[in-house]
Amino acid sequence: MLLLTAAAAAQTPPDLARRLDDLERGVKSAQSAGDNAWMLVSAALVLMMTGPGLALFYGGLVRRKNVLSTMMHSFILMAVVTVLWAVVGYSMAFGDWNRFVGGGEYLLLHNVGAAPNADYAPTIPQQTFMIYQLMFAIITPALISGAFAERMKFSAMLLFSTLWMFIVYFPMAHMVWGKGGLFNSTLSGTIPAFDFAGGTVVHISSGVSALVCALYLGHRKGYGVDPMRPHSLVLSTIGACLLWVGWFGFNAGSALAASPLATSAFVATHFATAAAALTWIAAEWIHKGKPTILGGISGAVAGLVAITPASGFVKPFPALLIGAAAGVVCYLMVSAVKSRFGYDDSLDAFGVHGAGGTLGAILTGIFATKEVNDVWSGKAMGMVDGNSSQVLNQLAACAVTWVLAAVGTFIILKICDALIGVRVSEQDEIEGLDLSMHGEEGYNFEA
Amino acid sequence: MKKIEAIIQPHKLEEVKEALKGIGIDGMTVTEVRGHGRQKGHKEVYRGMEYQVDLLPKIKLEIVVASERADEAIRTLVAAARTGKIGDGKIFVFDVAEAIRIRNDDRGETAL
Repeated sequence: MLLLTAAAAAQTPPDLARRLDDLERGVKSAQSAGDNAWMLVSAALVLMMTGPGLALFYGGLVRRKNVLSTMMHSFILMAVVTVLWAVVGYSMAFGDWNRFVGGGEYLLLHNVGAAPNADYAPTIPQQTFMIYQLMFAIITPALISGAFAERMKFSAMLLFSTLWMFIVYFPMAHMVWGKGGLFNSTLSGTIPAFDFAGGTVVHISSGVSALVCALYLGHRKGYGVDPMRPHSLVLSTIGACLLWVGWFGFNAGSALAASPLATSAFVATHFATAAAALTWIAAEWIHKGKPTILGGISGAVAGLVAITPASGFVKPFPALLIGAAAGVVCYLMVSAVKSRFGYDDSLDAFGVHGAGGTLGAILTGIFATKEVNDVWSGKAMGMVDGNSSQVLNQLAACAVTWVLAAVGTFIILKICDALIGVRVSEQDEIEGLDLSMHGEEGYNFEA
Repeated sequence: MKKIEAIIQPHKLEEVKEALKGIGIDGMTVTEVRGHGRQKGHKEVYRGMEYQVDLLPKIKLEIVVASERADEAIRTLVAAARTGKIGDGKIFVFDVAEAIRIRNDDRGETAL
């Protein structure tokens, strides 16, 4: 009897250890399943922002004769950027080489499979992380198309967007999010700047590039003389609402896990958007006498842009403030500043994304707090935590983004112009790009 | 035969149609058109950019009647289309040389 008990006691520990191991594996796999489910949904939501979200938003804002060519700008990038990303883009953005650009370890998605990448997202397959980040790369050049809509050659747009990914986007993504990147706030960056979901990488870079495109291409024919009213604010409103919903994948998904941080970013995103829609409408109601749906949806997008870098670092009430500020600032940019300087940023890609992104990046330096997302293990983060100098880091990240985007875009436009010419002929522009570039029309009611 | 061409407010179309039907005039051709007379257009504002919209949507209604019915038709039309405000539209009356029914080659007033 005694002997039997002793034997049982000797047997228990290995059994217990095995069961603990099993339990640990089970917990890990459950967490991974939850995180992976959320991240795959987020990836799909972010793709939905480009098509149909942005395609409808921009498509409704142009004249009827250019609706398809404008929607095509967004749509075709869903295909072009995906191929670039698979071959070299992911590696250039998230490989580890130097401060400015990633290395070649993930070329052709080598070693990007089911195993997580511990540096970026330890609980989901690296392949999930890769496909999620791809959706950001797709929407960024699509945002620029708002500045050259209704007058750029389709072939030039393809070449421009491709070169732009190499010269501006992949390096920007690496500097801010890549391991060892210059501004990376958690993976040993030199000038750590906070950019939760792409204020610099996505919005400032596309917005500033948009301004350079608008200046380089010049006015649309008849700008300021012919009426250039949006042909369908119905389409634009549907598109903007899809952007609002898709943005939850963009910002809350940037937590890279189905975590409380994702919830916090979700709330901040929603709050800022609501506040910005209201302040834009209020500003135009006071300034021009009437509240408009175009103002409401433009304000919502401005709020989404501004909260993007801050979404995973700020509390709900600062989020309302950031949104409120974005609505007013972006309204002034598109209604007063644009006409003052006279550039034709057709769909206000700069006024909303460039200005809203810069405002959001700076305000992130003020409102980022360790109480929301303690990335520096207890160290003060933004000005509200007592780290005033963070605003300088944010400004530095903005400045580098502005310069890289502006210079890069100018050089790329020069190359495209020399090789194939960037602007359509006057005759093609008058006829409309749908017919002259693509040989089809958006609305064939008699068909 | 007279052709009566009336430019009217779009929201008055149903009333005019009913009134003409009431005096036995069924055939008509209706076109959506844009235009303006003395009526000023309106201002539209998109993202702070102001556009003056001068050409307003109107309905052009064309009927052809026997000459002796023209006055009655015009009176009916005016009564139905009038709101008394600027923008109510105009009526133009033309002589018609011939009318032909394509189906069976009827000519003149029998073709109406």
